[in-house]
Amino acid sequence: MKVFRGLLLLALALVLAGCHTVLMSPSGDVALQQRDLIITSFILMMLIVVPVIIATLVFAWRYRASNQKAHYDPEWDHSTIVELMIWSAPLLIIIALGAVTWVSTHKLDPYRPLDRLGPGRVVTVDTKPLEVDVVALDWKWLFIYPEQNLAVVNELAAPVDRPIHFNLTASSVMNSFFIPALAGQIYAMPGMETTLHAVINKPGDYWGMSANYSGAGFSYMNFTFHGMSDDDFAKWVAQAKSHGDTLDQTAYATLEAPSEKNPVHYYGSVAPGLYRSILNRCVQPGPTCMNMLRVPESGGGGEASVSSESHAAMPMARPQ
Amino acid sequence: MTFHSPDLGKLFFGRLTLDDIPYHEPILIFTFIGVAIGAIAVLGLITYYRKWGYLWNEWFTSVDHKKIGIMYIVLALIMLLRGFADALMMRGQQAMAFGAHEGYLPAHHYDQIFTAHGTIMIFFVAMPFITGLINFVMPLQIGSRDVAFPFLNNFSFWMTVSGAVLVMASLFIGVFARTGWLAYPPLSELPASPDSGVDYWIWGLQIAGVGTTLSGINMIATIVKMRAPGMTMMRMPIFTWTALLANVLIVAAFPVLTATLALLALDRYAGTHFFTNDLGGNYMMYINLIWVWGHPEVYILVLPAFGVYSEVTSTFSRKRLFGYASMVYATVVIAVLSYLVWLHHFFTMGSGASVNSFFGITTMIISIPTGAKIFNWMFTMYRGRIVYDVAMMWVVAFIVTFVIGGMTGVLLAVPPADFQLHNSLFLIAHFHNVIIGGVLFGMFAGVNYWFPKAFGFRLDPFWGKVSFWFWVVGFYFAFMPLYWLGLMGVTRRVRHFDDPSLQIWFEIAAFGAVLIMLGIAAMLVQFAVSIMHRDKLRDTTGDPWHGRTLEWSTSSPPPPYNFAFTPQVHDIDTWWQMKQHNWRRPMEGFVPIHMPKNTGTGVYLAVLSFIFGFAMVWYMWLVAAISFVALLAVAIHHTFNYDRDYYIRADEVHRIEAARAGA
Repeated sequence: MKVFRGLLLLALALVLAGCHTVLMSPSGDVALQQRDLIITSFILMMLIVVPVIIATLVFAWRYRASNQKAHYDPEWDHSTIVELMIWSAPLLIIIALGAVTWVSTHKLDPYRPLDRLGPGRVVTVDTKPLEVDVVALDWKWLFIYPEQNLAVVNELAAPVDRPIHFNLTASSVMNSFFIPALAGQIYAMPGMETTLHAVINKPGDYWGMSANYSGAGFSYMNFTFHGMSDDDFAKWVAQAKSHGDTLDQTAYATLEAPSEKNPVHYYGSVAPGLYRSILNRCVQPGPTCMNMLRVPESGGGGEASVSSESHAAMPMARPQ
Repeated sequence: MTFHSPDLGKLFFGRLTLDDIPYHEPILIFTFIGVAIGAIAVLGLITYYRKWGYLWNEWFTSVDHKKIGIMYIVLALIMLLRGFADALMMRGQQAMAFGAHEGYLPAHHYDQIFTAHGTIMIFFVAMPFITGLINFVMPLQIGSRDVAFPFLNNFSFWMTVSGAVLVMASLFIGVFARTGWLAYPPLSELPASPDSGVDYWIWGLQIAGVGTTLSGINMIATIVKMRAPGMTMMRMPIFTWTALLANVLIVAAFPVLTATLALLALDRYAGTHFFTNDLGGNYMMYINLIWVWGHPEVYILVLPAFGVYSEVTSTFSRKRLFGYASMVYATVVIAVLSYLVWLHHFFTMGSGASVNSFFGITTMIISIPTGAKIFNWMFTMYRGRIVYDVAMMWVVAFIVTFVIGGMTGVLLAVPPADFQLHNSLFLIAHFHNVIIGGVLFGMFAGVNYWFPKAFGFRLDPFWGKVSFWFWVVGFYFAFMPLYWLGLMGVTRRVRHFDDPSLQIWFEIAAFGAVLIMLGIAAMLVQFAVSIMHRDKLRDTTGDPWHGRTLEWSTSSPPPPYNFAFTPQVHDIDTWWQMKQHNWRRPMEGFVPIHMPKNTGTGVYLAVLSFIFGFAMVWYMWLVAAISFVALLAVAIHHTFNYDRDYYIRADEVHRIEAARAGA
């Protein structure tokens, strides 16, 4: 029993020592809840893992051939009680863990709007989340702020304690959008949209990256995520807006071309509907445009009516 | 459409040009020189000692399951060296590439290495190891003379070799895939990967996959139809049970892989849009399909390893296996559940909460039968008399290591936790924890355990123990830091880092890899020393470990026909029970034994498959067409070969048995 307690303490010590790693001491509430879940599951499993390891080593030592004092029973191969125990012990742990999983998976579903900013801090009904559209490009990140009408390459900022609503897509291949201090990752995939709701609780500069290999420039596909006070965020927006560049179809075409180690770049304004057209693969007019595949509801389905419909939805899809 | 007169050079050489030979990459040049010198030395020695005829007649064309099993394991060990060299290079790169230091591997090279490492370790190390062990052991365990389809067995083996050679060829001609070992589209589609890399990957796996699928069918047929009289299903040794279920999984899962790769090949070769971004393609379909194969694949690997642990634990504990029936049911439950968990590989790709919870919970449920198995091994040791030969040491190391790997696996199955841990080095640590700690340790236990059966002498225990300690300690040094790095938010397949606080952990991991290298070296020394001291290590009984199952009832190495008389089975531990009744090998009354004849067709088909695969990789349409037609012709020609069996005469059997009894 003493050994058991010692090992449990050791495990706890390791967990405590792990507190300084980013996953164990995150700065966003979603990541914090994920951290708590990791620890809960870990402790639940320790209930069975530690005794199994200890019992294995004890049996392995005690029943060594040279120990003639140990009881030897070569025909003993069945015991209903023992068998019941060895099936039910893992079963009980899994029932507990399964319940935890079901609840937490729904509560921490990245599609679900946040209902808390932190322990005991409820999100009020009138809170409007910060909208950020994320596009994974070869090999850099494009962040579009539709409200502020600005776009940034390889830098992300958000005010603390305001829910953020990310919409994500990609230009050519799959990447995974991951800021460990903020929240778990979610894939950014071409022609598809994923969503992440998160909030940052402490001001600071955090490491963000692509967590899914996407080709030659993947290792440098990193960015800094700034958690800021409301004032600082307003200043950051103003500073970003002061850059004259506009992210329009032409600028996007240049940006989309594969490149590595891109410096931070600000676009003071963004052509309306750009994110939608990237998502629908409609930035360049052509057969890839997903809206073109759809047969329009009225108008006989001719070429003209198809493009006029796509024109309405995607201003970017039209050649100038 | 206008008609262009065909360019003969293009038709023959396809897109292969001199520039595809990587003579500008010094690492590859040195590798090539090393391989070339090694190959010349080996081929020279074979020629010098005039062993070509022996190799061809006794091994390459052999349809004997024992020899094919041994050849599979030799293939696995050779490919282990290649796969491990890749691992060492990655560890080296990640330990040094910090800040201003870019490391020594450019992305172009590094990305091929991690793709090749995964592909080779799974398809050409773990799979041949498993198939080889099943091939050698299972027919002996069920008291059979061979597998159900001996020629198919030889053909399957050579197809696996052919696939392996094609993957190896990419080292010196062109490039290998830079996509990760499962080649997710859209990255593996033509726009992102136009060169030969993904094509090498596709054709290497397709050719080897033919071998794997056919071998699966063969093994199932053998277990179902060829058990010795009296061996009911519930009297089969546990290793045979796990072999049966692993092969059922192979037959059910590998066609999915074949179809998925075929669709990807169509996208790349014929311009279809199954998995492309555009024109109706949907790469999520590929992700689902590849894991519908990929998750059962994990159990294909680990179930036979579980079987090995069961045999070894019970033999070296000198005790019946605890809970045989629950062991069998646990294996069946794992096999069935393995088809219900595939989505846990991509919780982060946008599935809803209910879907994620479903697959998370089914994944956790697998840990129940797996846990039951662990307890069964534990209670097999309980009240035993455990003898610590090398094989048994691997079992104890396995239980401790695998429990840790299983626990981190369940942790990853909790979807919100997985959002943080997916693609992180925590995940990498987890699956190496279960594949090395579960599969590879089992294979090493199996090799040490059955080696004397295969060759008639034991493996040297001293070097076996040296290898054991280097491997086990090296494993913990190499992978525990990766769990830690995962918690620090470090993800996989990264070539260069900025945060200097990570470096020490990568250096510890690299040190662990060096220890594992010494473990592999000690293993090779173990083979060499054992061969040199084979007379001292000789086992004349055929049963050096006091085994419990039928393979130990025959002499070592077993005669070509395995058993002069088909044994009668009355118990789970048949051989143990036979020994209790003082059974003696019969010395008279032999009858002629019907045997299959060797054939070179398997080799011919594999060579033609290699040429076909290589031609397809390089768009050599003419060569591809000719080799494909030749492939069909040889296969059809073989069906007209009626000279495919012979009899070993009764006096010959008598002579063999007498020699072995007298030895």
